Amino acid sequence: MRHIRATVDGEATEFLCDEGSTLLDALRDSLQKTGTKEGCGTGDCGACSVIFDGRLVCACLVLAAEAEGATVETVEGISKEGVLHPLQRHFLEDAALQCGICTPGFLVAAKNLLERNVDPSEEEVRFWLAGNLCRCTGYDKIIRAVLNTAAELRGESS
Amino acid sequence: MEYHSARTAEEAIELLTETGMDTRALAGGTDLLAQIRSGRVRPQRVVDLKKIPEFHSIEESESGFQIGASVSGAEIGEHPSLRAHWPGLVEAAELIGSTQIQGRASLGGNVCNASPAADTVPALIAASAICSVIGPGGRREVPVEEIVTGPGQTSLKLGEIVAHFRLSRRLKNSGDAYLRLIPRSEMDIAVVGAGVALTLDEDDLCVACRVGLGAVAPTALLVSEASNALLGRAVNDASLADLEEAARAAARPIDDKRGTRDYRIRVAGVLARRAATLAMKRARGLDK
Ligand SMILES: Cc1cc2nc3c(=O)[nH]c(=O)nc-3n(C[C@H](O)[C@H](O)[C@H](O)COP(=O)(O)OP(=O)(O)OC[C@H]3O[C@@H](n4cnc5c(N)ncnc54)[C@H](O)[C@@H]3O)c2cc1C
Ligand code: FES
Ligand code: FES
Repeated sequence: MRHIRATVDGEATEFLCDEGSTLLDALRDSLQKTGTKEGCGTGDCGACSVIFDGRLVCACLVLAAEAEGATVETVEGISKEGVLHPLQRHFLEDAALQCGICTPGFLVAAKNLLERNVDPSEEEVRFWLAGNLCRCTGYDKIIRAVLNTAAELRGESS
Repeated sequence: MEYHSARTAEEAIELLTETGMDTRALAGGTDLLAQIRSGRVRPQRVVDLKKIPEFHSIEESESGFQIGASVSGAEIGEHPSLRAHWPGLVEAAELIGSTQIQGRASLGGNVCNASPAADTVPALIAASAICSVIGPGGRREVPVEEIVTGPGQTSLKLGEIVAHFRLSRRLKNSGDAYLRLIPRSEMDIAVVGAGVALTLDEDDLCVACRVGLGAVAPTALLVSEASNALLGRAVNDASLADLEEAARAAARPIDDKRGTRDYRIRVAGVLARRAATLAMKRARGLDK
């Protein structure tokens, strides 16, 4: 067992982990942050997307022990004081989810994109999100929700 | 399994050299962690290289670039000067996986995982990349094409790791390119990959050329017959047809779900030709 200190969703956090376990296991099982999902465990689906020291990564491909001293942002830190982030609101308004398993990963990945580029083209959004799989929606509504959020963040009506 | 984050190369080498123990170097983990999870490898100890300064930085100097072996694809793509000098290699690095994978996947991991279809290897071969390998016996310089010896196999000895990749600056009238074919537009493994780097002289004749092919043999190939097709000649339909022929002749691929042997051989020729054409345009400054 190893004792890890990290900043998770803005809070100084400590947890114990097996040296072979993943960051995804630690988030879900030790920290009860079950918003971050496991779809494949092999880096293919993006359901486990988190921001690790500023980079979008798959938490299933990071060892929990690597998080020592790191900053981790999950879907659970996206809304602030009970107010949904515009992306979350647009996902609801644009019906960009059905079963919802992929949604946390899409939200984390899309938020990271919009922080880097608030005016992405549809093609850029599709490429950025190519590592997030959804088996329900057919993607169009997800892409539209992201583009509509971008427009709102730029102060354009949407 | 033990996890260690090494602070220095010496510490990493010592931890990796422990006798009687299955040890593995860890960079981005995008290959290794998937392999551990599937049970394909069961290391008793992994040694994280990412905190060692030489491994996680890109240095530019008069003589060229030194790219740390664990620098991620995203960081490579964000380096404007590397992009300007070696656009083909940067494209190859950026083709690896999704945005999430890009945040972690490194050149060292891509090369040392030794997949025949690894995207950066043909591009590194074309760019004449030199690996700085360190281990219990000290440091040695190895051309990148000598690292991988077969699927999952490398020439690295016990305790040896690649510390960085060295590239020259882009010479005048030079350009490189990497193209791959996959069955969809993102997130798949190369059916074929082709990297070409070439230099033209004042009369537009090709005076230097390197061609790397991926996914058509147990290791990526340096195809000198293909470069010879261009050397001393203008890069035109006639010389490119010879290059295409030579690339096809060098390919000895397998049949699998991504493509048949015959298809891969054909595509190897086509991609080598297209990559050479793009590299030539870059050498002439017609295309970045
Ligand atoms: C969803 C997904 C998509 C992918 N798509 C692609 C793709 O399109 N193209 C492609 O080529 N690959 C792809 N890959 C494979 C993988 O991402 C790449 O090979 C990546 O470059 C590996 O780098 P890494 O830093 O993650 O390596 P790691 O997983 O950390 O290491 C890989 C291997 O290399 C060894 N190693 C790492 N660094 C060193 C070093 N410095 N010295 C010696 N040994 C070392 C490790 O011990 C391990 O055996 C994909 C993987 C996933 C999960
Ligand atoms: S669970 Fe991590 S990518 Fe699918
Ligand atoms: S909403 Fe079900 S997988 Fe996307």
